[in-house]
Amino acid sequence: MTLILSLVVGTLFAGGIYLMLRRSVVKLILGLVLLSHGANLLLFLMGDGLIKARPPFVKPEAGVAPPDSADPLIQALILTAIVISFGLLTFVMALAYRADQAVESDDLDAMTSTDRL
Amino acid sequence: MAHHLFLPLIVPLLSASVATIIVRQHGWVRVIAVAATLFNLGYGAWLLVTIAATGRQVTQAAGWSAPFGITLVADGLSAIMLVLTALLTLVTIGYSFATVDARQERFYYYPLLLLLLFGCSGAFLTGDLFNLYVWFEILLVASFGLITLGGSRGQLEGGLKYVVLNLFGSLCFLVGAGLLYGVAGTLNMAHLAERLSTIQDASLVTAVAGFFLVAFGSKAGLAPLFFWLPTSYHTPNIAVTALFGGLLTKVGIYALYRVFGTVFQSELARLAPLILVVAGVTMVVGVIGAMAQVNVRRILAFHIVSQVGYMAMGLGLVSVAGMTAGILFMAHNIVVKTALFLIGGAAEHLTGTGELKQMGGMARREPMLALLWLLASFALVGVPPLSGFFGKLGLIQAGLAQEQWLIVGVAATVSLFTLFSMLKIWNEVFWKKAYSDLSAMPRAGVGLLAPAAVLVAVSIAMGIGAAPTLEYSALAAEQVFDTASLVRDVCGPNGCEAVELAVGR
Repeated sequence: MTLILSLVVGTLFAGGIYLMLRRSVVKLILGLVLLSHGANLLLFLMGDGLIKARPPFVKPEAGVAPPDSADPLIQALILTAIVISFGLLTFVMALAYRADQAVESDDLDAMTSTDRL
Repeated sequence: MAHHLFLPLIVPLLSASVATIIVRQHGWVRVIAVAATLFNLGYGAWLLVTIAATGRQVTQAAGWSAPFGITLVADGLSAIMLVLTALLTLVTIGYSFATVDARQERFYYYPLLLLLLFGCSGAFLTGDLFNLYVWFEILLVASFGLITLGGSRGQLEGGLKYVVLNLFGSLCFLVGAGLLYGVAGTLNMAHLAERLSTIQDASLVTAVAGFFLVAFGSKAGLAPLFFWLPTSYHTPNIAVTALFGGLLTKVGIYALYRVFGTVFQSELARLAPLILVVAGVTMVVGVIGAMAQVNVRRILAFHIVSQVGYMAMGLGLVSVAGMTAGILFMAHNIVVKTALFLIGGAAEHLTGTGELKQMGGMARREPMLALLWLLASFALVGVPPLSGFFGKLGLIQAGLAQEQWLIVGVAATVSLFTLFSMLKIWNEVFWKKAYSDLSAMPRAGVGLLAPAAVLVAVSIAMGIGAAPTLEYSALAAEQVFDTASLVRDVCGPNGCEAVELAVGR
């Protein structure tokens, strides 16, 4: 499972960077989406990995966590990261939409008015 | 337990929330914004004194003991940054009264400023790496809002690049934090510092450190990752440019100092040559970029990049002396850079354009503004006894002590080119004959002059009072490098590892 997830993470990163290097703003955003998914899955791998029947929580009556319970911290980190990337990507989409309206093109090479002398 | 460390976070957050709800009552929103910022300024000043007297202040969020919960730590560097952030925000708010129109105020201008203050304060106080990521996102979201507020074509284009490249930097940060957790099994900075010193597989740690270098380097505007900065910083309204120019890149530098000075100490020694090269290239590219520009704010934006190089040099020298000078230089630069943006921005506000060609005659028309510009630009270049001199002197001395001739030569040469750019603006905006008839131009009121005057006064005070500021920077630099006492302060006398073993993981 770890191997499969590693391959998925690698594919997501490669695809994300490829899309970010394209000229279209829409592809740029899709690239960011893929990259953030890749980063979240990578975080997941950095815990104890993905093993069946090992929940990250304990019943209250059990008291102390048994030694084979999964690492809950990493799941909390991913949850935080997902929420943040969701919010930010929503903002980027709104911004890209407004930029597209203002420039009347979704070509990044058309958006150079702030760089010209 | 120093629970008061939560105050500079709670106050801006609460006031931002209240200001959001009553955003249409402009008078009250302004009162709230000023009050919250004044509180943070006062608190920061008190923290400066307290830390000098009793050392680091530490508290644990929700009472979770150290390596498990989120730790808030304030040392000298945090206190310096906290005070300067509050000062800048206060000055910016004052400047906004005169320059920001009611429409932008209605679109949550002041609440966004308060959220930026909230995010920055949190970033300076946290002792947990993942928490630092969250604070970075908070201040980024606020800055995204501020940089695109107004929605002109330039803002949207510049803002899109700013947002995308900063998001990419954040993703690098996230990946780095995740990998580091996989390597070390903790994200508490004190615990990390303790554990990384004993880790066997050093090459993996170097790779992780590389992610952090890219992440913080792109936020700080180090070459070759600075391109988002000059393309976007001249687009929003002047007050926002001034605040961003003074503050945001330095948050990246702060993170570099904190993470590489404390957590990755052994990696810092290994990466030092790379950091020095990056610092030198940043200085040169920034200053040459500025020479080509013909717009006040664009010239100043490229100079931010150039000066960030000096701060990276302070880190790359890997010594207490270098870090001391770096911190002193950063403190000076935060104040002076904002002052320059405010003054240049005031000239732009009055003339109605920032293009050098169409400006001129300001020295005769607004002598006070011209005087402020002269003082601030000399401080930036590093003319004694203004504040910039001592930071640069310290950096060059620390470089000479380590026989890093090349970076010292570059740093000294770049200063001359900085003078060239500052004189260019002086000649074009203030000294040459007016491009058009200035008699109808509005006069610069107190609202435009006072904020810049406050910052110039601070800069002069930092120059005249160089001994105490240098002393405090040295204290801050020692605290950054002193991981042994950090571990003691955060996790108790036996260290974080002992706490974790005692719980029986």
